[in-house]
Amino acid sequence: MFYREAGDFKTSYPDDSQTFPIRFDRLGYYAVLLLGFVVLPFVLNDYWTNAVFIPFLIYAIAALGLNILVGYCGQLSLGTGGFMAVGAYACYKLTTAFPDINIVFHILGAGIITAGVGLLFGLPSLRIKGFYLAVATLAAQFFLVWLFNRVPWFYNYSASGQISMPERTVFGIAVTGAQVAPWAGYMVCLVFVVVLAWMARNLTRGATGRKWMAIRDMDIAAEIIGVNPLRAKLTAFAVSSFYVGIAGALFFSVYLGAVEVGEAFGIEKSFAVLFMIIIGGLGSIFGSFAGAAFMVVLPVLIKLVLVDSWGWPTDLAAHIRLMIVGALIIIFLIAEPHGMAQLWRVTKDKLRLWPFPH
Amino acid sequence: MNDMAQDGYTTADGRKIGGVLMEMRNITLRFGGVKAITDISFDIREGEIRAIIGPNGAGKSSMLNVISGFYVPQEGEVWFHGQRRAPMKPYEVARQGIARTFQNIALFDGMSVLDNIMTGRLTMMKTGLFSQALWWGRAQAEETAHREKVERIIDFLEIQTIRKTPVGRLPYGLKKRVELARALAAEPKLLLLDEPMAGMNVEEKEDMSRFILDVNDEFGTTIALIEHDMGVVMDLSDRVVVMDYGKKIGDGTPDQVRANQAVIDAYLGVAHD
Repeated sequence: MFYREAGDFKTSYPDDSQTFPIRFDRLGYYAVLLLGFVVLPFVLNDYWTNAVFIPFLIYAIAALGLNILVGYCGQLSLGTGGFMAVGAYACYKLTTAFPDINIVFHILGAGIITAGVGLLFGLPSLRIKGFYLAVATLAAQFFLVWLFNRVPWFYNYSASGQISMPERTVFGIAVTGAQVAPWAGYMVCLVFVVVLAWMARNLTRGATGRKWMAIRDMDIAAEIIGVNPLRAKLTAFAVSSFYVGIAGALFFSVYLGAVEVGEAFGIEKSFAVLFMIIIGGLGSIFGSFAGAAFMVVLPVLIKLVLVDSWGWPTDLAAHIRLMIVGALIIIFLIAEPHGMAQLWRVTKDKLRLWPFPH
Repeated sequence: MNDMAQDGYTTADGRKIGGVLMEMRNITLRFGGVKAITDISFDIREGEIRAIIGPNGAGKSSMLNVISGFYVPQEGEVWFHGQRRAPMKPYEVARQGIARTFQNIALFDGMSVLDNIMTGRLTMMKTGLFSQALWWGRAQAEETAHREKVERIIDFLEIQTIRKTPVGRLPYGLKKRVELARALAAEPKLLLLDEPMAGMNVEEKEDMSRFILDVNDEFGTTIALIEHDMGVVMDLSDRVVVMDYGKKIGDGTPDQVRANQAVIDAYLGVAHD
């Protein structure tokens, strides 16, 4: 009834191409922003902030990044974990080398450095496609983890081989380190997510996004209408790695605080983020969020239901989680290759006609 | 036709045809041992509709691919705007003002009709990555300016109602029209159409023919097309190149070609007695 374009006239092209053409969606979007910035920081307890919201926001950034590369540009990558590690180690090196500069700049710097590394590993994409490219990025994953393990310079020659985040403040409030209040970390991540998601939306709806999608859908036709394939693919790799690098920097500095590279940024991380965008929806900003939320909330939910209420053993619950994720990926690939985002789109299309579908 | 003046001629329906826009000189294209095109020369003049016809496998599509830079011929020269064109990538050719459609539709299925047509203007969009990410000032102004141009083409081809539809959902005839729209969006100097009417019914063919003529008439676009429907070719085109087995067997106005014995032999077969 209220969910219609009818009566909401667009009189200019910028109006017509806005992200949320339906008024109800716009209101909903502002409501979510308000909830995230004003309400949640005050009502969330530490457990929910640390176990659900912070990882959700960070994974959402990583999923956005990978979705730009895989979902929009069609270049399969299995190196996400490795690129997150680049972000984390770049952030660590920057913040220990220049402790006086604000941590926000270090995180951005980590993103830029990761973009450079991503660019380098994106070079083979001009020659190889599909599975072969995936294998090439897999090489990046293993090489980068090996590099951070073996070269002591990266972890400042610490005895444990780990990197750990010193305390850093934003506006006088600690956002990293041991004394950090969970809501402060949450706010930092939230700001990054909102800005990066908005930028991703802008990129994907404009000329750059069209180049990426043209390459994804039919690379030969894209080249004939004037898209330079190497440049389009490399920008996708760079932008994607920028996002993933920031996710890695936040994952290390705000979420974990101390990191052992093989554990935190191993191949499982690459797959986890890939599963997020498959379940959430390839080529969709909303899908990146949906997938990240799903993969983060699922283990918490399973723990709450199976372990806390039914009293099942923890290891059994952990295996059941793996089984559920595995089954869901197969189901989604067969039944709805465009993921939860497509389900959401279908729901919205139905809702527009409801309650008079004829 | 051979005594045609260097600076053009006037067609039967009174259109002025200009000087040479593109010239193919002694093009030979080989795939391994197979000769797809053997020593072919012809020119395309400004403002004309030039058809390339021939039986299946005659090398017509290969010829179009040579023009659009997708294949680089082993021998021969391609002249465009009075300059010899060095071998270049297809996307560089696109930037010179050559657009094309494909025999098997090559649209971007995951995008809407509007986005597909907007891709035709990518070569003209210049704002940087960062400005686009912020969607502020220049990037948005540029997007709006190009959108206006694209809307004009949407009106022209009468596809307003499907603007926001994903291309994958469209029927065949409309897809062909969207593909033409995408090529037109690039405001090409030379438009290459690879079998624009393949698989269409009579009504759709009539629509498409009208669009081709209107494009030529209103935008002054030079058009080179490949088509199997002889009725369409003879009605639309100003001059026709006929190919068979990779060789040129005829060149001239539709009437001249129709009377050419080699062309009749190629199409109807020769009696061996």
